[in-house]
Amino acid sequence: MSRIAAWCTLGVFLVLTIVPFYWMVRTAMTPAADLYTDSTGLFPDHPTTVNFRRVLGLVDAETARAAGGSGARIDFLRYTLNSIVYCGLIAVGQTFFCAMAGYAFARLRFPGRDALFGVIVAALMVPPIFTLLPNFTLVKDLGLIDTFAGMVAPSFLMTPFAVFFLRQFFLSVPVEVEEAAVIDGAGRWRIFWNVVVPMSRGPLSTIALTTTVWAWKDFLWPLLVGRGEQTRLLTVALGVFRQQSPNTQPDWTGLMAASTLSVLPVLILLVVLGRRLVQSLNFTGIK
Amino acid sequence: MTRSSDDRRVAWVFLLPVLVGFTVFYLYPTARGIWYSVTDYSLLNTPTFVGADNYADLAGDPQFWRSLRVTAYYVVLNIGSQAVLALGLAALMHRLTRSVVVRAMLLVPWLVPNVTVALLWMWLLDANLGLVNHLLSGAGLGRQGFLTSPVWAMPSVALVNTWAYTGYTALLLYAGMLQIPAHLYESAALDGAGELRMFRLITLPLLRPVLALVLVVSLIGSFQIFDTVAVTTLGNPAGATRVVYLYIYEQAFRYFHMGYAAAAAMVLVVILGLLTAVQLRLLRASRSDLA
Repeated sequence: MSRIAAWCTLGVFLVLTIVPFYWMVRTAMTPAADLYTDSTGLFPDHPTTVNFRRVLGLVDAETARAAGGSGARIDFLRYTLNSIVYCGLIAVGQTFFCAMAGYAFARLRFPGRDALFGVIVAALMVPPIFTLLPNFTLVKDLGLIDTFAGMVAPSFLMTPFAVFFLRQFFLSVPVEVEEAAVIDGAGRWRIFWNVVVPMSRGPLSTIALTTTVWAWKDFLWPLLVGRGEQTRLLTVALGVFRQQSPNTQPDWTGLMAASTLSVLPVLILLVVLGRRLVQSLNFTGIK
Repeated sequence: MTRSSDDRRVAWVFLLPVLVGFTVFYLYPTARGIWYSVTDYSLLNTPTFVGADNYADLAGDPQFWRSLRVTAYYVVLNIGSQAVLALGLAALMHRLTRSVVVRAMLLVPWLVPNVTVALLWMWLLDANLGLVNHLLSGAGLGRQGFLTSPVWAMPSVALVNTWAYTGYTALLLYAGMLQIPAHLYESAALDGAGELRMFRLITLPLLRPVLALVLVVSLIGSFQIFDTVAVTTLGNPAGATRVVYLYIYEQAFRYFHMGYAAAAAMVLVVILGLLTAVQLRLLRASRSDLA
């Protein structure tokens, strides 16, 4: 009996999780002209794909305006691709370079190792907004505003968390395997690349996945550095899109269509890598 | 790479990219941020040293203090509701199911950008056409302009983010619960203990290190709320949702008071630095306790 009640409670959590997303898609499929008369039913009276087509920039300005758009050019296909490039660059770069450093901090012997690691861990205590202001002026001085180089620069090479996490992981791996390779005469780099990396696929993909998710959600930094059309990310574009009709009722059907587009890639990721993603959230997901 | 008995050379090669990234984008900007905080700097002029003026101004700036209070209010509402719900949800999953599908579904709101979450809920909470208000009026209750009301705006933002993060927090707690030996529950059940009793006497005490860590991490994240407010209310109505991150952002990039913004960010560094120090301590403690 109480088991049934427990399942029902869990069911309520699931429904509350999913219904907002359903309503997003439902609104995205409603013609803007119907919004006032048709905003309560479970299904739209006249389902349409025009809102998706217009936020993807697939219809001409006139059709877009007729469907409730502001007439400003929007191209969410491009912003989605930009976001994917941004996430990909950061995830690959950061995972690779932080794995190298994490390995060095865990395995190699050199003077000043622990002090250096301590300094990097201490940087975890500095909130991003503090380094954000000077990093912005730096990227601006380098002339890298509105370039992917400027956008990915601060997180392409490292984050203190990734170094910390991977170092802790490498410390927990038994050294015997590597010692055998040393006796075989393999150099450190070959041991790292041929022995350690293949053994560490789990933690490496965990870091790559969490990095991807965080990069996908990034808003403030790309808002400052990548506002231009060429480098605009999905999140920034959503913010801009929302502000294009500030005085009247926002273009809800268009906004929900664009929002749906920002959820789709994540859903695909979840379907393809769901098990790995969910299981990686042991302690590792903490950032 | 040639073989070497001396790790020193190899180590530098392994560390070089990370050291470059760290120096250029962490160390240097930290030093520069501290320098900005004692200067008058507008992005256009060269910074001029003004001593502790920015800090003195901050101390007497009611807007800044208000933004700290508003942030604290948000943190209390957000972490309070999120902790209770996530703990309950984790306990339910722990005792009911190991289903990956259930866990994946609960994770979706966390995987979605905060900006999307904010827009989605802005629509759901819309005063005229939003689903929540349709449901409220259907239930015979009055409509609310949630995000435009001085009273409801901040609780609404807090609840929106509770929705976005509860599943994620619950999964972290759930992972902690999986480390509790199952035989404890079996023998408690043999002794006739009910679920609530088991939760109180087994789950809660054994989960404590993990719970503390998860809470501190959520707290740190919660203090840094920005996206949701930046997309929905922009600090309105009348500053009721102007959180400290937004305040710093506006000082820096709307009014171009870079020096002043850096000083305000320094205050945040102190608060969050202390919390992170606690987090790192707990991280060590939770390892030795449960692993």
